[in-house]
Amino acid sequence: MKFGVVVFPGSNCDHDTYHVISKVLGQPVDFIWHKDERIDGYDAIILPGGFSYGDYLRTGAIARFSPVMRSVKGFAASGGLVLGICNGFQILCEAGLLPGTLLRNRDLKFICEHVNVRVERTDTPFTVSYRKGQVLSIPIAHGDGNYFCDIDTLRELESDGRIIFRYCDARGEATDAANPNGSLANIAGICNRERNVVGLMPHPERASESLLGSNDGRLLFLSLATSLSEMLKLRA
Amino acid sequence: MQAKVYVTLKNGVLDPQGKAIHHAAETIGYRGLTDVRQGKFFEIKLDETLDAETARIEIEKFAHDVLSNPVIEDYRVEIVG
Repeated sequence: MKFGVVVFPGSNCDHDTYHVISKVLGQPVDFIWHKDERIDGYDAIILPGGFSYGDYLRTGAIARFSPVMRSVKGFAASGGLVLGICNGFQILCEAGLLPGTLLRNRDLKFICEHVNVRVERTDTPFTVSYRKGQVLSIPIAHGDGNYFCDIDTLRELESDGRIIFRYCDARGEATDAANPNGSLANIAGICNRERNVVGLMPHPERASESLLGSNDGRLLFLSLATSLSEMLKLRA
Repeated sequence: MQAKVYVTLKNGVLDPQGKAIHHAAETIGYRGLTDVRQGKFFEIKLDETLDAETARIEIEKFAHDVLSNPVIEDYRVEIVG
C-alpha cells in the first residue's frame, strides 16, 4: 500500500504526517506537490494541516483550485481513501468533497491545546481500530475550526451516522463547555456519504507517539492501514 | 469598467468578528449600533473591450464559484464605469 501526502504552499503538517506514516506505521509514503495532476499508484491521499495560501479569501478557498485537487476528486469518486486534517478538512469542505464549512472560532482565538474527542463511529476505514465511544486526547491548532452547515445537512449527518468525532469532556460527554471552537453539535470530524472521505480538525499525527504526550491518534493511521490491506486483499 | 463584489454572511450564520467589533464600538462609546456584521468587498478592474452583459455574467460566476462560499455567504455584483 502506498500513501500520498499533498503539499500545498503553506502546508506545515506535511512532514509530521509523512513521519507518522513512514516511521510509526512503517508504510511507504510520498509527498505530492499540489501542481502534480497524476496521483496514480496511491491507495490513500492525505491533505495535511497548515495554512495553504495563507488562508487568503477563506481557509482552503484557493487550495481547492490547485491542479492536484481535480485528481483528488476523481480518486475519491472512485472510492479511494482521502483524509483531510485541519487545513485539509477545510480544503475538502471548500472543494465540496465534504459538506459544510469551518468558520472562525467562537471566541476568535487561535487555539492550540490537547482536547478530548469522542469516537462516534467505527464503521469507516479511518476508525475501525477504535472503540465506539472511546475518548481520545488529541491536540487541535486552529483559528477557524468552528464547523457549520445548514440544518438539513446537520440532520442528514446525524441520521446517516456521518459525524465521526465530537469534542467532549474527560468523561465523554459532548457538552458546550467541552466545545473549544463553537462547532455545531460539537462536531470535530465528519465523513462523506460513501464514508471514504473523512475530515477532522484535531491533529492525529501530533498524537501518534507517547513521547509527544499521547498516541491516541496512532489508531487512526493504523485503521487506515488495516482497512487498506483488507481492500487490497479483496482486489487481488 | 470595474466590478464591485460584496460578500456578506447569510442570516443566521454566527459572526464572532462582527460581534467583537460591535462590542468594541460600544466600549469606545459609539451609540445606537444595534448589530455589526462583517463582510468582504472586492474591486475588480475589467478589460475595456468587454461589454457590460458579458462582464456581469463572468463576475457573477466568479463571485459564486470563488469569492463566496454559498454555505455561509451571499454576494452582490455591481458593474460600474
